[in-house]
Amino acid sequence: MERPLTKNIRPDGKPLFIKEYESLGGYQSVKKALKMQPKEITELVKKSNLKGRGGAGFNTGLKWSFVPMEGQFEHKYLVANGDEMEPGTFKDRLLIEGDPHQLIEGMIVTACAIQADEGYIFIRGEYTEAAEIVKKALAEAYEAGYLGKNILKSGFNFNLHLHTSVGRYICGEETALLNSLEGKRANPRAKPPFPQVSGLFGQPTIVNNIETLCNIPHIINNGAEWFNGLSLTPGDGGTKIFGASGKVKRPGLWELPFGVTLRELLEEHAGGMRDGLKFKGCLPGGASTDFLVEQHLDIRMDYASVAAAGSRLGTGTMIVLDDKTCPVGMVLNLEHFFAQESCGFCTPCREGLPWTEKILQKIENGKGEMKDLDLLQFHTKFMGPGNTFCALAPGAMAPLQSALKYFREDFELHIKEHKCSWK
Amino acid sequence: MAKIKINGKEFEVDPKKNLLEASISAGYDVPYFCWHPKLGSIGSCRQCAVVKYRDENDTVGRLVMSCMEPASEGSIISTDASQAVEFRSNVIEALMTNHPHDCPVCDEGGECHLQDMTVMSGHQTRRYEFGKRTHKNQYLGPFINHEMNRCIQCYRCVRYYRDYAGGDDLNVFSSRNRVYFGRANDGVLESEFSGNLVEVCPTGVFTDKTLKKHHTRKWDLTTAPSICTHCSVGCNTIVGERYGTIRRVYSRYNEQVNGYFLCDRGRFGYEFMNSDKRIKKFVVNGSFDGVTKESAFDFIVKALKGKKIIGIGSPRASLETNFTLKQLVGNENFSVGLSHKDYQLAKLAIDTLKNGNVRTPSLKEVEQCESVFVLGEDITNTAPMLALSIRQAIKNITKTKADKAGIPLWNDAPAREIIQDAHGPLHIAAPMASRLDDVANSTYFSAPENIARFGYVVAHFIDSKLSLPSGLTEEVTSKARKIASDLLSTAKPLIVSGVHCKNEDVLKAASDVAQALKTAGKDVRLSYTFEESNTVGAVLLDGKSLEEVFETKAEVLIIVENDLYRRLSTEKIDSYLSKFEQVIVLDHNCTSTTKKATVILPVGTFTEADGTFVNMEGRAQRFYQVFVPESDTIESWRRIAQIATAIDKPFDQKNFYDFTESLVINNAQFTGIETLAPPPDFKVQGQKIARESLRYSGRTAMKANINVHELKPIEDADSAMSFTMEGYHGQAPTSLITSYWAPGWNSAQAINKYQIEVGGALHGGDPGLRLIEPSKTNFKFYQSNPDAFKVSGSGLKGVPVYKIFGSEELSSKAAAVKERVSESFILLNSKDAAKADVKADETIEISLNGQLSSVKVLIQDDLADGLAGISAGYCGINPEMTDVTIKK
Repeated sequence: MERPLTKNIRPDGKPLFIKEYESLGGYQSVKKALKMQPKEITELVKKSNLKGRGGAGFNTGLKWSFVPMEGQFEHKYLVANGDEMEPGTFKDRLLIEGDPHQLIEGMIVTACAIQADEGYIFIRGEYTEAAEIVKKALAEAYEAGYLGKNILKSGFNFNLHLHTSVGRYICGEETALLNSLEGKRANPRAKPPFPQVSGLFGQPTIVNNIETLCNIPHIINNGAEWFNGLSLTPGDGGTKIFGASGKVKRPGLWELPFGVTLRELLEEHAGGMRDGLKFKGCLPGGASTDFLVEQHLDIRMDYASVAAAGSRLGTGTMIVLDDKTCPVGMVLNLEHFFAQESCGFCTPCREGLPWTEKILQKIENGKGEMKDLDLLQFHTKFMGPGNTFCALAPGAMAPLQSALKYFREDFELHIKEHKCSWK
Repeated sequence: MAKIKINGKEFEVDPKKNLLEASISAGYDVPYFCWHPKLGSIGSCRQCAVVKYRDENDTVGRLVMSCMEPASEGSIISTDASQAVEFRSNVIEALMTNHPHDCPVCDEGGECHLQDMTVMSGHQTRRYEFGKRTHKNQYLGPFINHEMNRCIQCYRCVRYYRDYAGGDDLNVFSSRNRVYFGRANDGVLESEFSGNLVEVCPTGVFTDKTLKKHHTRKWDLTTAPSICTHCSVGCNTIVGERYGTIRRVYSRYNEQVNGYFLCDRGRFGYEFMNSDKRIKKFVVNGSFDGVTKESAFDFIVKALKGKKIIGIGSPRASLETNFTLKQLVGNENFSVGLSHKDYQLAKLAIDTLKNGNVRTPSLKEVEQCESVFVLGEDITNTAPMLALSIRQAIKNITKTKADKAGIPLWNDAPAREIIQDAHGPLHIAAPMASRLDDVANSTYFSAPENIARFGYVVAHFIDSKLSLPSGLTEEVTSKARKIASDLLSTAKPLIVSGVHCKNEDVLKAASDVAQALKTAGKDVRLSYTFEESNTVGAVLLDGKSLEEVFETKAEVLIIVENDLYRRLSTEKIDSYLSKFEQVIVLDHNCTSTTKKATVILPVGTFTEADGTFVNMEGRAQRFYQVFVPESDTIESWRRIAQIATAIDKPFDQKNFYDFTESLVINNAQFTGIETLAPPPDFKVQGQKIARESLRYSGRTAMKANINVHELKPIEDADSAMSFTMEGYHGQAPTSLITSYWAPGWNSAQAINKYQIEVGGALHGGDPGLRLIEPSKTNFKFYQSNPDAFKVSGSGLKGVPVYKIFGSEELSSKAAAVKERVSESFILLNSKDAAKADVKADETIEISLNGQLSSVKVLIQDDLADGLAGISAGYCGINPEMTDVTIKK
């Protein structure tokens, strides 16, 4: 089984720098891409069925194709979204820390495709080690002539900068990220216009997830057909870095083809539940996805199958809930996080999330009433998609609404017994 | 136009508007918070949700925020679909989780947009049972009260303050449900337009601190339409009174003039009317003991018998007052009350506007211009609202960027994003740095003579037939060349100048630049600022200057609403006044001139009188008496008529309307001002327009300590309004709008219901009449060719420095404004300060044209060598004075 993304990553996690990277075939795709027409690259990526790995799962090549290729612009920007703040998600960190040049190479090729002249790697503030590694790798890439003016004497210019966030979950939302990068409040923007048309500083901009960008060199080197062939699911090209956290035997990350089953992930790769614990459910793609439970264990991990089961593939890194952990407490913890990370821009999210948190706290404290469950249910609708300015609050409602569906008796137990029986 | 369907009814709407605007314009009540017609939409409050349908067959539809959806062809929406109604009610419920229950003690109560929207949304029972978040409030200066707990986070305040008005000391801090709107630290809000926060804020976070000190609910105010008296812009206001004191000034929407806003001088300067310096009694020979109206008039009759009278009017008094005085004393003996220099300057400006071929713009027209060149003015301090309009004008040219990207302008955040901080050309030539410099592309600081020369250089580069002043540096010519090319690059340039740097050549140069642009085929506008609210009216009325009228031999002098010591030096005025047997002064506040009066007759301020002002645009605008004062105070023009009667030369005119009509008959320039408002016998449904609301409370009790019998309401013989709640309460003719109210709309936002289209003209047209239109044929270039400024050996040339708070006479007597007025000052650059051996912040003695003053030294290095900036209009300092000697 091919693992293009992680094949170079050392078991000890030490980063791979330029000499070694080049000796393993690094930067070949840049040489190739510089000779291609921008449109050709975009077409190739479109055909590869590479979908955004940040959670939305939108066809990457298609996204690029919205960037205007005619007309004069002061700049066009490419931004790598490495603000990995989704609870339970730590896949991008592995890629940045283990193989930074893979990301840089992917960005140069992407810049060729959209004819960007400036790029930013936006990294989560807490990822200090990753930032140091990227800084060093960037210096190496400039030194080697892969970045800067007249790259490899092709006439193509691309400057790439590192930007470290000061740590807000909302910065992972691509338009909030752009505001933050401009030095403004990290509030999401209204869409349309999309960043492809008016992004950073009002210029055409592509924001891609780190993992997405890391796939690009391999697509250029090996072609769309090869990339599609990596996946078990037609239509979802490539491999995916899946992960598991929670009380499993071996929490971690694994690069696997799309379409492996949830059971395989849980039992083979994560080693199953710790002794004495039973699987109760999981959030398959980070904190803002709906719970999947026992009955879903055999579903395939790809965008369509997970969606059909009522959740989202999201970042592909699951948080596992066991039978000895209070589901109300878990949801409370999540809603506390989301309420804290609301940017405060739109009313339902700003006011609704703290309210939800307070109700959950009341139930967890044994003071809950049955009508509180109706109120929670109300909030999941009130903060549903379309009602709020961005996807934060609907995402926050995903674990709550599915918990109310699958673990309702546990909520009711808190209310009836006036306490949390897990404590 | 686009055809859309709202609630099953078809409407033709402007596709450049959004669905919220279209719905409100169509008469539907859709609640909203974050949208404002001048600020556009951001989609944050989620209050204006409606259901939008894909097509006629779609019965489910989806919830959309109407402020964020274009009113595009074929849109089908429902404002009353249950899904939308329920969601809007839920949004209010969410907002209320943190909003305090303090309506009964909140200053906003009764005119609160949040109250209105809460009722409109139908939300009643709260399900939230937890604690509310609380905030610390800040001290924001003497004008604005801050109560953050009431905040519903609509973001309007920061968007108005920063994006619209260009301020930078108010911001939004923190995140989640702790979002905080305020300053980084406690302190005075720096913007000259901070008072608009009171109207922009949909609830009681930012309220009028001056109102708070004598608080009155909106429904308990007696209100009348008025015109601001504190500068020449002539903003429309609504003034409110209760118990004989003025309680507040609110903006009165006039699309052509001030739109929704006012400056802080206009909003907070009103307290001079409540000041303890008010004259409310008759004074004879320095005493009011035992003086009655009758005894004062007996005295006047004796004093005037067989004596020759000179009358001095005022540029801060109404047209009618000046006209009545002129009628009393005769044309030969009448002065408009300006020094010769000021009169000449104002007359030159007005003649230029009349005889030139360039139109003087309304503020709305200013906001449609694309490039601006300012000569010799610090607009923000001399005509504040014009500066706010200039800030909007320079955004025009960059709007095409948004257009090209297909972003409608109401979609505020994306439009701003694509435009970034780019703006159209603004160039400023002034004696020193001014408040608009932050958005200026270039500045040129020099003496007024050199500013005039600079203007002529610009004119030359626009039209090479015009002469090029000699002896210029390359730096100056290249700057001027750039300005010329910037002005020529836009279709609608605007040239702004004014009388405040006291130099005729500056006015002439500005005119030449404008005429050159006109010749080059540009749709150019020329705007001149004047010093006072009715300078233009007084000069149009025609009369002598002070120096001229004092040449006439006479025994009695009548001065109306004018402090002559603000016009000329103390020495000169003292010597003039000493020549008269009697000096009779009609005024409402004590001044240096009233101190010299042998007789003082109390008269009303602009809130106790009807009158007409002509603003800088040449727009005649009517203001109305708000209430009838209990004291002996009456209108100046009526007082003058009383004098006429007392000396057996009674006027034919009986009421205000008669005086206005005879003014028009006497002076054809004013034709039309008699139609500025309906005549006093005008009625709607058989009633006069009520100055008080139907909910006005306490009228049977408020005077019960004097007499338990309710007095008969006083009739208003001068206007078509009643002084009480009796009368018509629906939408009045626009010149008679006493307050904004519509069912369900108690706040200022009820204005929506008075407009043909939200943000547009009023139903019935915006009030006011332009008296000055450019001539088609008469124009000429001035080409006055002034000499360059030369630094003289030891002396300094004084240039007046105007401050929004401090330079204007009346507002400086208002308690809140006083807190913002600094000490009198002299501005010097470091070099001249060193030469004179004075240091920053030191208080020194200076001689201004021989008159001694004590001033504080301020150092400002952008001031040119040999110039001294003098705090104009401050205590004892009038802008007439230009010869400065430092005494120490």
